[in-house]
Amino acid sequence: MHPTTAEHLPAVSEPVSRGFAQAWARRLSLLTESKPALIGAGLVLFWVLAAVLAPVIAPYSPNANDMAALAHPTPSSTHWLGTDHLGRDVLSRVLWGARTVLTVAPLAVLGAALLGSLLGLTAGYYRGWTDLAVVRACDIVLSFPVIILYMIILAHFGSSALNIIAVLTLTKAPIIARIVRGLTIELREREYVAAAKLRGESPLYIMLVEILPNARGPLIVDMCLRTGYNVVIIGALGFLGIGLPPPDPDWGGMVKDTYGMMSVWPHMALFPCAAISSLVIGFNLLAVGLREIGLRD
Amino acid sequence: MTDAPILALENLRVSYASRAGLVNVIPDLTFSIAPGEAMGLVGESGCGKSTVALAIVRYLGRAGRIVGGRIRFEGRDVAGLTPSELRAVRGHRLAMVYQDPMASLNPVMTVGRQLMEVPMLHEGLGERAARARALEMLAEVRLLDGERTLTRYPHQLSGGQQQRIVIAMALIAEPALLIMDEPTTGLDVTVEAAVLDLVRELRRRHGTSVLFISHNLGTVVRVCDRVGVMYAGELVEEGSIRQVFANPRHPYTRGLLDCLPSVARDKRQAPLRPIPGQAAPAAARPVGCGFAARCAHVEPGRCTSRAIAILPVVGEPGHAAQCVRIAELPRWERRLVEAGAGADRPPGRVTLRIEGLEKRYLERRGLFGSGRAPVRALNGIDLLVRKGETLAIVGESGCGKSTLAKVLTGLETATAGRVEIEGAEVGSVPVESRPLALKRTIQMVFQNPDSTLNPSHRVGYAIGRALRRLRRRPGGEDASEVARLLAVVKLPADLAGRRPDRLSGGQSQRVAIARALAGNPDVIVADEPVSALDVSVQAAIINLLNEIQAERGATLIFISHDLSVVRYLADHVAVMYLGTIVELGPVVDVFAPPFHPYTEALLSAVPVLDPDAQGARVVLEGPLPSATEIPRGCPFSGRCPRRIGVICDETPPPTRQLSSGHRIVCHIEAEELRELQRAGDPVTRRSG
Repeated sequence: MHPTTAEHLPAVSEPVSRGFAQAWARRLSLLTESKPALIGAGLVLFWVLAAVLAPVIAPYSPNANDMAALAHPTPSSTHWLGTDHLGRDVLSRVLWGARTVLTVAPLAVLGAALLGSLLGLTAGYYRGWTDLAVVRACDIVLSFPVIILYMIILAHFGSSALNIIAVLTLTKAPIIARIVRGLTIELREREYVAAAKLRGESPLYIMLVEILPNARGPLIVDMCLRTGYNVVIIGALGFLGIGLPPPDPDWGGMVKDTYGMMSVWPHMALFPCAAISSLVIGFNLLAVGLREIGLRD
Repeated sequence: MTDAPILALENLRVSYASRAGLVNVIPDLTFSIAPGEAMGLVGESGCGKSTVALAIVRYLGRAGRIVGGRIRFEGRDVAGLTPSELRAVRGHRLAMVYQDPMASLNPVMTVGRQLMEVPMLHEGLGERAARARALEMLAEVRLLDGERTLTRYPHQLSGGQQQRIVIAMALIAEPALLIMDEPTTGLDVTVEAAVLDLVRELRRRHGTSVLFISHNLGTVVRVCDRVGVMYAGELVEEGSIRQVFANPRHPYTRGLLDCLPSVARDKRQAPLRPIPGQAAPAAARPVGCGFAARCAHVEPGRCTSRAIAILPVVGEPGHAAQCVRIAELPRWERRLVEAGAGADRPPGRVTLRIEGLEKRYLERRGLFGSGRAPVRALNGIDLLVRKGETLAIVGESGCGKSTLAKVLTGLETATAGRVEIEGAEVGSVPVESRPLALKRTIQMVFQNPDSTLNPSHRVGYAIGRALRRLRRRPGGEDASEVARLLAVVKLPADLAGRRPDRLSGGQSQRVAIARALAGNPDVIVADEPVSALDVSVQAAIINLLNEIQAERGATLIFISHDLSVVRYLADHVAVMYLGTIVELGPVVDVFAPPFHPYTEALLSAVPVLDPDAQGARVVLEGPLPSATEIPRGCPFSGRCPRRIGVICDETPPPTRQLSSGHRIVCHIEAEELRELQRAGDPVTRRSG
């Protein structure tokens, strides 16, 4: 797409067409400029690694019952984080639980971003009746108490990873649509959009190629934040018993199953709670840091 | 002057912390301001003039640091002041006025509160006394109806009024030094002229010292006694206004003067000569003279081997320049070319015909709203533009000149009237419905270099895409064609790989011009293409537009508020006011009496580089009226200094044809106008 390649450039000029890897390395090095971003990225990365490596590093199968441990479920040298009320290794379940959370939450955000961006772009670009319709529709979705909405939908359609993703996409898309709409309304007045119209570009091209790339900064920050919230919601759904179906480990479900024994064996509920918190804090800090870095440039 | 200076900077050094480490932006700066003196600081963006202002009040922010030298204000070292002493100095002994008045005013407080706060805080005045002082001050800054103004919120005032309030706030504490940083940059010419006159008068009356920072040499001439020219953080020339502008000794000062168009001359008489190259970034300061790389008089060994001293100009006390060749360079003279050098082209065929064009914007009715009066942006525009001609459209902001551009290009559609391009009616055709050939015919260059290019797209893509869309070229030929277009706008081909954030303002604007040229347009509409650029860059872009237009024989519609640029570039000029054309004609006729009274006011408001020029002869009172309530008679009657009576308010003025193609829309006979304007008598608004 770009006519210039490295050979055309005089040696003294800026290294304008960097390699892809270099560009990413530069972006990653930006992360080091913000402490929150660095801590957040660290936390998220920790859980991503845990999820990816779970089959390798988890000491036990997440659903294997160790009957011998039932008598003494507290953390020990055989079960570092102890076992739960069924004698399953908490560490293994937390590690495996990261897999489900880190698939469902980002996929749901991606879905919401896709749907929301499309709605927001259309509403913000066309304004008028389209805008009114989209904004009102979003308002209607947002005016529902979400937890009740989740309960109704998941109770009706059944609880599965796919349904959770669908429900999260549906309820988060309006929020992203609002953000994108606001940005679009501002960006559509830019002179480069007028220039695109003057050379006869289609509205779809203008929305996707001229406007959307320039909305990516705030959008990425928000997606990061939204992923964190999704982790909370997935936890809450699990806790309410409409999360991912058993026996697959699910942090919220683990808390639900064991919080009754909190006063006796607090470790059973506390470790999955800590897992949820640290991941959410990680995403939030990353979002804060990304915003900070974005503002600086 | 024997008095101790109010402000003295001694070998000031300022650095900014950046990703690359400490960058020395002000390497070594020394100057002083005597009591009652007004010193101007001019230079292009990035030369450090605002940094100086911020350093003086110690507002450099977290990244900036004074790393050496001394700033003495009223004999005290500013660096040694404690925070509370500093607070007492700021706003009381030393006040600042910035470019954007809204940034200095609190939007949730009435103007009166904000004004009264100053003496109440610094002098412990009571509420009543403070109010009296505020009223007094409002009268001084010529805001009529002070009582009512005091109860207003900032957003209820116009830009010019806001800036007056800020000036009043600055002066109400009777400071010893007033620092003004681009105080008139966002204002219309007529408002700017009024504010400058005000500053000049207040200074005379209060004896306040002023440090006046501006990129516009003309405004400095109007307000200041002395001027310092800054380049790359250094004061390259200093002297009285007369010394510096009559006998500039530093090549950079000369360069600046050479790139300034003047209302008195056009392209055939005095070509603009832009300064080649661009300023080196502060991080890569060269050894020796900072300007050497761009200087026409550079002598490699002498200029680039060691630091350059500031040398006095022989026979001119107080005049000094930082140039080793100060005594050798010949006297500067504005280059004049023999008139008629650019021979007149025979008039081409009519490319663009506009008849009775009107554009109204309807305020959108809310769900329950009752609908407001429409905004009448254009009210009956008639124009003919011939092929190969440059038509300039001038007027203040809100006069409808940008709306006209949008209707021409199809970004907006006309409410009534006809617009014909090459015989085809296009006024009611939005750009989406225009055929490719028509889109190709008319292209636009925009105002803002930061927003004209998509920050996500590389230059090569921006131009290549325009080529593909407008010429339907297959993708394979792009690279060479992009390079060719870049060459037309005098940019190296390797720029194609850059993103807009790595381009300077001038480069962005060149790329935008190349993009507009991709379809080989017959008509180029340029909406304030140089107003956001520095003077030296501005000159280069103006020359480029001129060249391209002459080479391609394209028609150029040049929209501008800057009459000097218009005078330089245009063949014909249309002066717009409130959506109508009040005067139209060949540039020579429009810039000579008889003028339409509005043209006269605009012209006299243009700051001129002549130290002997007095303030504006015609000062317009009041802001531009709202475009929702167009007067029944002459649109200008409400502000017209030559209004003759009720007829102006009630009856639409006749169009008076003067010579070929020159017309003025006014109730006053052309001959009478000529007499009035030749006499040059200072006009006062006639009461009617």
